[in-house]
Amino acid sequence: MSRESAVRIVVVHPELLGTYGDSGNGRVLATRLRWRRIPSELIMAPADRPLPQSGDIYCLGGGEDGPQVSSAAALNVDGSLVKAVDRGAAVLAVCAGFQIIGKSFPGPDGREVPGVGLVDAVTRRGRGPRAVGEVVSRPVPGLRLVPLSGYENHAGVTRLGPEASPLGMVHRGVGNGGGDGTEGAWQDKVLCTYLHGPVLARNAALADHLLSSVVGPLGLLDDAEMEELRRERIRNGISGPATGRAWARHVWRRPSEVMTRF
Amino acid sequence: MAPALSLRSRAAARAGGWAAEASRRLGGGEGLVIGGRVSLALDPSLLAGLSRDRAVALVSGTNGKTTTTRLLASALMELGPVAHNSGGANLPSGLVPALAGSPAGSPAALEVDEGWLGAVADAVSPGCVVLLNLSRDQLDRVSEVRNVASRWRSVVERLGHAVVVANADDPMVVWASRDAAHVRWVAGGQSWREDAAGCPSCSGRIDYDSEGWRCGTGCGLERPAPAAWVSGSQLVVPGKGNHSIELALPGRFNLANAAMAAVAAAEMGVPLERATAAMSQVTGVDGRYEVTAAGGISARLLLAKNPAGWAELFDVLTEDVAPAVFAINARVADGRDPSWLWDVPFERLAGRLVVASGERWRDLAVRLRYAGVDHVCAPDPLASLELAAEHYGTGTGAAVQVDRCADPGVRRDFRSASDREGEGRAERAVADDRGRRIVDVVANYTAFQRYRAALRPLRDAPRLADQAPVSLK
Repeated sequence: MSRESAVRIVVVHPELLGTYGDSGNGRVLATRLRWRRIPSELIMAPADRPLPQSGDIYCLGGGEDGPQVSSAAALNVDGSLVKAVDRGAAVLAVCAGFQIIGKSFPGPDGREVPGVGLVDAVTRRGRGPRAVGEVVSRPVPGLRLVPLSGYENHAGVTRLGPEASPLGMVHRGVGNGGGDGTEGAWQDKVLCTYLHGPVLARNAALADHLLSSVVGPLGLLDDAEMEELRRERIRNGISGPATGRAWARHVWRRPSEVMTRF
Repeated sequence: MAPALSLRSRAAARAGGWAAEASRRLGGGEGLVIGGRVSLALDPSLLAGLSRDRAVALVSGTNGKTTTTRLLASALMELGPVAHNSGGANLPSGLVPALAGSPAGSPAALEVDEGWLGAVADAVSPGCVVLLNLSRDQLDRVSEVRNVASRWRSVVERLGHAVVVANADDPMVVWASRDAAHVRWVAGGQSWREDAAGCPSCSGRIDYDSEGWRCGTGCGLERPAPAAWVSGSQLVVPGKGNHSIELALPGRFNLANAAMAAVAAAEMGVPLERATAAMSQVTGVDGRYEVTAAGGISARLLLAKNPAGWAELFDVLTEDVAPAVFAINARVADGRDPSWLWDVPFERLAGRLVVASGERWRDLAVRLRYAGVDHVCAPDPLASLELAAEHYGTGTGAAVQVDRCADPGVRRDFRSASDREGEGRAERAVADDRGRRIVDVVANYTAFQRYRAALRPLRDAPRLADQAPVSLK
């Protein structure tokens, strides 16, 4: 696909959704384009200004509960993110960002806060302990991706509706936490996940999947260092000490269902 | 032991001492924390008992706790013996041996973990509380920044007569401290603003300018007028004059730490002049800034645990062709998730060669790759210094033959022209007093301990180190 202008990557509200290093995802995308000599522009878009309309990929990250509500409110004022997606933009939403672009999520006081509604997902506060630890997830077959590695840190439990597919199934870790073993969400050009790391730094193939959804097929890069990291994390994640108590409980409840899935 | 202590407390403290001794003999380090745990298990009120009849100052914050406490303790020593926890043992179990091991009634300067400030303050009834700064750190273990600030706020409300020495430049600290009965605002600096973009009081946006900061929505939270600040190397305290601070420790942030410590010391009865003079004698803090000869180079150890700390340290790195060694671990004490590496502005180091080390060198290597910083990798401390010595003076990565990283293609130059601007940097070698070239080692918490342990034999036998061949394997 030939392009007339630079690919615009918009990091949405980094001052509100930048707590877990996820603005690195935007940097990974822009850098991978630059390495391929494709012009790119990385735009940090704070919440007190209108969201740039002409973005090609929008990245949302994890954040604290209060700022998460502010971010959702700002996005819902003008519906600009929805319009951008209608126009063909792609979205990567992580953790709090995932919850924001779903239909609703719990605010700091536990009350339901309306989300942007880009993804058929509803988040509620989990009853168990916070899901914290390494995650290994096997992407759904339609994505044709190698297993993903990341680090989750969230209290919310997200249930997907019929319009959203999970991004993957957890092999280790909690993921969406609804007891079905799903992790993240995938709906057309919108990818959602609970994985930090940042997820695109650890999983170069997922970064290229996002990029090619807006610029078409891409040539390969020398990703030996990134692959080394991903493989080492997955080795560690599978053999390391279990940290996901909630997941363990969930396996205990439905052992056959979960174990046969892998 | 203080006569005011109950029989139970005295027995508990004694038992803790035995446990510490046993741990030492079994090779478990100094054993202070295990001793403190045993003591507290036997007598939970021990901390309160040990701090009765003492003037106690508590120091807390995300960055600078250990150094500020050390500076404050050095100032208080002007008055006599001081109880003071070293080695970063900043939970109640670490405070007990510090207090039990000092004469009854002597003043105490205690570093406290930011999450434990409430429990400790309730137990020891401090006369002075120093609140340095709050930023993201160990998010998998410690709560998010606003939760900690909110807990501090309720601690400050319970303090009563204590004086709070608070950093006027950090909105989180100001919000937590502004209802204190007695507060001394010090311009302690906080160049890291990523965690305080949103007002902790009303969730509005904090506006920063050259004058300071205020909440843009007008909720009233703004930078208070400081009662003390640093100007050049002068501590300025209107009404109490200017006092020169000649620190042996590097960096703007340490001058700010010293300002906070000096104001706290003045509250505890040490005149500012004597406090600043005493602080200038502090040369190292639990291994930080320590220089050790290792083969053909000298390694200077620096500790940085989170993005705010790293950003500050970039300003004190030797500005020359020396490679820098960065070591990252992700154990429980470091925070298990090293995603924060992406909040550190490594892009600023383009043109300098970095040796990526520590248990999580792969995470660091990927971060540096995307930042356009050439790097070589060596997980082991001594091997990393050997690599640094090998590459000393080769300047930019373009001239470096790299064969140790997972990725042999790291030499391939992906950087844009603007990324390469640093390449023309003049070659200036920084040498220690014996003419050895200095390499900075920046490590996070447990990686720092690992380097310190690895370098200890070289420190203990400096002659041997001088004669050692370049290979340290």
